[in-house]
Amino acid sequence: MHEHPHRPPRPVSAAACALALALAGTGCAAERDPDVYTIMNSSTDEPYHTWDQEAMDSCGAQAGVEVRQISVPADQLVPKALRMASSDSLPDVLSVDGSDLPQFASAGGLVPLEDLGLSTEGLSEGALSIGGYEGVYYGAARSVNSLGLFYNTALLAEAGVEPPRTWEELRTAAAELTGGGRYGLAVSALSTEDGVYQFLPWLWSNGGDERELASQESVEALEYVASLVEEGSVSPSVVNWTQADVNDQFIAGNTAMMVNGPWQLPVLREHPELDWAVAEIPVPEAGDTSVAPIGGTTFTVPVNAENPGRERVAAELVACLTTAEAQLDWSTKGSNVPVDPEAAERYREEVPELAPFVDQVRTARSRTEHAGTEWNTYSQAIGTALQAALTGEASPREAMERAQARVEAELEGRS
Amino acid sequence: MTMTATARRRRGNLTKWLFIAPALLYMLLFFGYPLIRNVVMSFQDYTFSTYFTGKAPFNGLENWRAVFANELFGASLWHTLVFTLGSLAGQFGIGMALAVFFSRRFPLSGIMRSLLLLPWLIPMVVAGTVWRRVLDQETGVLNESLQALHLTSSAVPWLSSPDHALLSVVLVNIWIGIPFNMVILYGGLQEIPAELREAAVLDGAGPVRTFFGVTLPMLRPVVTVVLVLGFMSTVKILDLILALTNGGPAHSTETLGTLTYQLSFLQLDFGQGAVVGNVLIVISMVFAVIYLRANRGGAAR
Repeated sequence: MHEHPHRPPRPVSAAACALALALAGTGCAAERDPDVYTIMNSSTDEPYHTWDQEAMDSCGAQAGVEVRQISVPADQLVPKALRMASSDSLPDVLSVDGSDLPQFASAGGLVPLEDLGLSTEGLSEGALSIGGYEGVYYGAARSVNSLGLFYNTALLAEAGVEPPRTWEELRTAAAELTGGGRYGLAVSALSTEDGVYQFLPWLWSNGGDERELASQESVEALEYVASLVEEGSVSPSVVNWTQADVNDQFIAGNTAMMVNGPWQLPVLREHPELDWAVAEIPVPEAGDTSVAPIGGTTFTVPVNAENPGRERVAAELVACLTTAEAQLDWSTKGSNVPVDPEAAERYREEVPELAPFVDQVRTARSRTEHAGTEWNTYSQAIGTALQAALTGEASPREAMERAQARVEAELEGRS
Repeated sequence: MTMTATARRRRGNLTKWLFIAPALLYMLLFFGYPLIRNVVMSFQDYTFSTYFTGKAPFNGLENWRAVFANELFGASLWHTLVFTLGSLAGQFGIGMALAVFFSRRFPLSGIMRSLLLLPWLIPMVVAGTVWRRVLDQETGVLNESLQALHLTSSAVPWLSSPDHALLSVVLVNIWIGIPFNMVILYGGLQEIPAELREAAVLDGAGPVRTFFGVTLPMLRPVVTVVLVLGFMSTVKILDLILALTNGGPAHSTETLGTLTYQLSFLQLDFGQGAVVGNVLIVISMVFAVIYLRANRGGAAR
């Protein structure tokens, strides 16, 4: 209370808030305890939640405050944050997905981290691309992830198949590994972000682009994925599989290979009987560069107009949570790749089985690099096209042309 | 004398209003306000930054035009219609058959009747998640059983083909809705005096004739309630579809409920989401009016 001597006592202000809510649809912020800082993230699953709490506790002790963790499911984080924003009650630190950051930044909801004393010097390009918007650095990443091709080493050895490196090799390998109730390859082809994220490596490695979905390269990428389903090497059920479902299928031995991310490792490690390895996602022709999307969350500091002093402490917490040490620690536990180049190199030595991800991250692209605040529009159009083509509802070319038209119409309607 | 009479009448009026006031206030606050807010919102340009600035400029009919021009809206409307009519027909038909079946008492009928209530007790999301596994094309128990019994030659793509997904969702919803229909109809059947049916039988009516000539007409008020309540809970379906198919594949199970969810919470365009929400409200209102009329008609008789 002592921070707001001008405010009416709480019961009155609470009643006033209720009235304001009823009349104008706006709320009021709850009073904040000066010694308690809140961090909102999507670490709802164990053991991530506990690991996060440990990191936060130690950083809180350093900054001399108590840190409270609020975890909400990933798909509800943005709506929840928006509701909080409308009532001026955003947490002190908000951990948002890199693809959502531009929207928060462009709405003026985030404080540039440099203004709070966090330097961008020595940051890798990947870190800047995932945490920046229009050249300003808003979000500090702790670790990033990307996609790779996981394969069941026993099954591949049995069939005498080498890990594929090109699209043709993948096609042959997947066909050979298919049979006896088992598919060669599994991917997620949901129309939501799970599926879109997994389609991007095919699109980008082939020189396609979300801004030109109807281009020859983009259409070819979709044709390739659709052909794998058509040939029977990929289950038609993939249109309903999340990335976690894909992982389950891989563990159950229902598929010999899968596209997935390093965050599946804690689950994979629960099944030591399964021998697997990771390779980079195959490219169209030998010698091409495999371009996968870079994913991950960044710690941001929402604007706190009433208590600018809190922003500084929040930034201290962010800095502490993203030091090279913290990155390496988190990445080793959670099997993501540290953003810090030096930490990444040490990670490569400590976790050699995930080295392909370190390489993949180096060439990976951020989804919002070109799309900025409009990523959702592109993502939904791509997701629809993917499902239309994979279920045979439309030809890949037709699906991509529709997607392109939809994006153009939506972007035009908004400008 | 006249003064006191007026005063008494005035006081009587005041008392009446005082009795209504709590309910009225509650309705205004929790039904009226959101309803009006939703209508207003459908004429506003609601964007991401609205949450930070609080500004949502009015943009006339722009949201309505955008929604009606969206192919997905027409498709969702059609899916909602098919889903609702299909679900109601199945739930009501099977529910009625079971109610009639259980109205003749036999050993263990009580236990069986309570077992049939189970689907009603399971949360929608849980039911949806379990059914998603059951209906999986490769590993689902349904396809495995069908193939083991040689009823189908190849695995049926229950949820992974746009041609089958809507049907599968309807079937699951029928499974969920049967207990509700059965319980209410069973209750209604108990109300019908046994003498009436006995009289019909004595007059030479067979079971079919007795059912359509005596039971069904007597049951009419209950049937109306069941159908209208069923309609209103089915037309706004969201949780079950999100759990089963998320509106896919290729939007083949997108309904008005999932569309408004998608527009509001995934595209964060609350203006357009509100438009679809309003359409849904209007549809429900039409049926609410039918319900009220049917009820009033029943009371007058």
